Amino acid sequence: MSDLIKKVTALLNDKTINAFIGYEKGSANRIRAIFVRTEDQVQKLILNASCTQNLTGYLMKHEVKKLGKLGILANVAALRSIMQLASEFQIKDGEVYVLFANADGSLTEFTDFKSIETFLQTTDTGIKSEEQEMIAKLEAMTVNERWLFWNKEFEKCIKCYACRAACPMCYCHRCTTDVNQPQWIPVASHELGNLDYHLMRAMHLAGRCVNCGECATACPMDIPLNLLTYQLISPIKATFDATAGMKADAMYALSTYKPDDKENFII
Amino acid sequence: MEKQLKILKYSDLSKLIEKFRSQGYPVLAPVRKGKVVEIEQVQSLDEIALDVLLSTQSAKKAAFPKVEKVLEYTLEKSGTKQFPVDPADYKETILFGVRPCDASGFKSLDAIFGEEPKDQFYLEKKGKSTIISFSCPVADEYCFCTSVGGGPGNTAGSDLQFTGISKEEILVEILTEKGEKLAATFADLLTDAGKDIDKSKFLADVKVVFDVDGVVEKTTASFNNTALWLEQSLRCIGCGACAFVCPTCACFDFQDEQNTKKGVRLRLWDSCGFSLFTLHTSGHNPREVQSQRWRQRIMHKFAYMPEQLHVVGCEGCGRCSRACPVDMNIKEHLTAIGEKVIV
Repeated sequence: MSDLIKKVTALLNDKTINAFIGYEKGSANRIRAIFVRTEDQVQKLILNASCTQNLTGYLMKHEVKKLGKLGILANVAALRSIMQLASEFQIKDGEVYVLFANADGSLTEFTDFKSIETFLQTTDTGIKSEEQEMIAKLEAMTVNERWLFWNKEFEKCIKCYACRAACPMCYCHRCTTDVNQPQWIPVASHELGNLDYHLMRAMHLAGRCVNCGECATACPMDIPLNLLTYQLISPIKATFDATAGMKADAMYALSTYKPDDKENFII
Repeated sequence: MEKQLKILKYSDLSKLIEKFRSQGYPVLAPVRKGKVVEIEQVQSLDEIALDVLLSTQSAKKAAFPKVEKVLEYTLEKSGTKQFPVDPADYKETILFGVRPCDASGFKSLDAIFGEEPKDQFYLEKKGKSTIISFSCPVADEYCFCTSVGGGPGNTAGSDLQFTGISKEEILVEILTEKGEKLAATFADLLTDAGKDIDKSKFLADVKVVFDVDGVVEKTTASFNNTALWLEQSLRCIGCGACAFVCPTCACFDFQDEQNTKKGVRLRLWDSCGFSLFTLHTSGHNPREVQSQRWRQRIMHKFAYMPEQLHVVGCEGCGRCSRACPVDMNIKEHLTAIGEKVIV
């Protein structure tokens, strides 16, 4: 019996949690989320290098919340999502039991936000090198080239909103896209509608994106949407010295005024 | 009409596309775009990805596009002037290299859009499409066409069907009058085929995994089984990927885009997976939670459509499962429903 199965069995038995969000084998070679409540389900839990999905989006899902006190299997991006959700008052300290899977397969348990913060301070939370290369390529482009690059990518978009649904930070019950009095974003999946939607979403994630990449992984049309929000990480850091998902009580850069904020954007 | 069998050489496929183009037909075919395969207008054979298992999206967009203008209007002092789009303006089009599940998917769409009041936008485009499907030499674990009455060589919905029978030769089945009319334009590339060709030897082996009548019966009886729908859909995140790649999903929404002087009315794809889908103006939503939306998706295809339109609303192409970001596998869920004992 794996350490994970033993641990989750104990957590369920002593009622520390009512349900545990982990991974099970999916169809073909895929891995998928499982919501463990019973002994049968606990046996399905797996943990390997393919278990990369950021499961924290489920913490915001109505029917998952109703399962009771939740435990979750977290990777680094998930820990950061939890910190960001906490700073946005979406999760209370101690509300979620967190098991972190270390690279060597051992488990670290986190029962409060402070310990997650401490852990993240000494953990590599950066963007993967292949993604950094793609961002460097985008940044090396002229404005016009970048515009054409994204327009070509957005041509593929069918507005299924898988990116929004998979994003742990897109938890709004009523997204701006869905508001129609007034209509901010054209609903149609045409050129303008696709562009408006993706730019709006990127702006709403500026300073909030924890670079988990779920948006791009979710996209059925293979649009590298993660690059759009990743590109906003370093300007936010440079301008406001803020990084998303590192502290449970962080002030959100774009909605916080400080007298010493730089004003060099004013022409 | 009685099916006719002909032989076409692979080496003549390129001439075939040229012939279609020179007659002025737009040709829609699967085209590789990075990791996705789109059905798009092509100019020549070398653009077409004939070796792919399935296009990412289905072929339905040929007759039911994601965005479709149905009306233009101007707002003037004297009142509103309307300029309806005339469906008769659509061009005769050839859908080339789609799969049997794409072609048979149009049967479900025909049933939905053919109901009164008939949907001229769809019916005109569909009526002007000639479908040349390619039977499937391979399948993957997501395919289950044979469980819902289809198959890798199913000819339903196709006007012509091509099956590779050797490295050099394609068996051409002429299935409808529309297909016969088109085949007449490339008769010089065809030779007669012997009657004894066993097409099934060249088709993928797709195992039947459930009894569709049983699934329909059990789905119909499971409306109030909230535990079933909740268990199946806990991991569903409520996007519309499944509906938008599906060959039979037909739900749509209308949106007006206008300024102070003029506007257009657009028909857009919609999905029952969205929380906004059945939200009433009052704020009440009869499908408040994702499990109810998942139930709607399955019941529409396996209870309501069989009951009202006498077709199952699923072709077993598995596109929804492949596209799903969280691995909601419809074959697995339907098998589970079929195995369920109703008490």
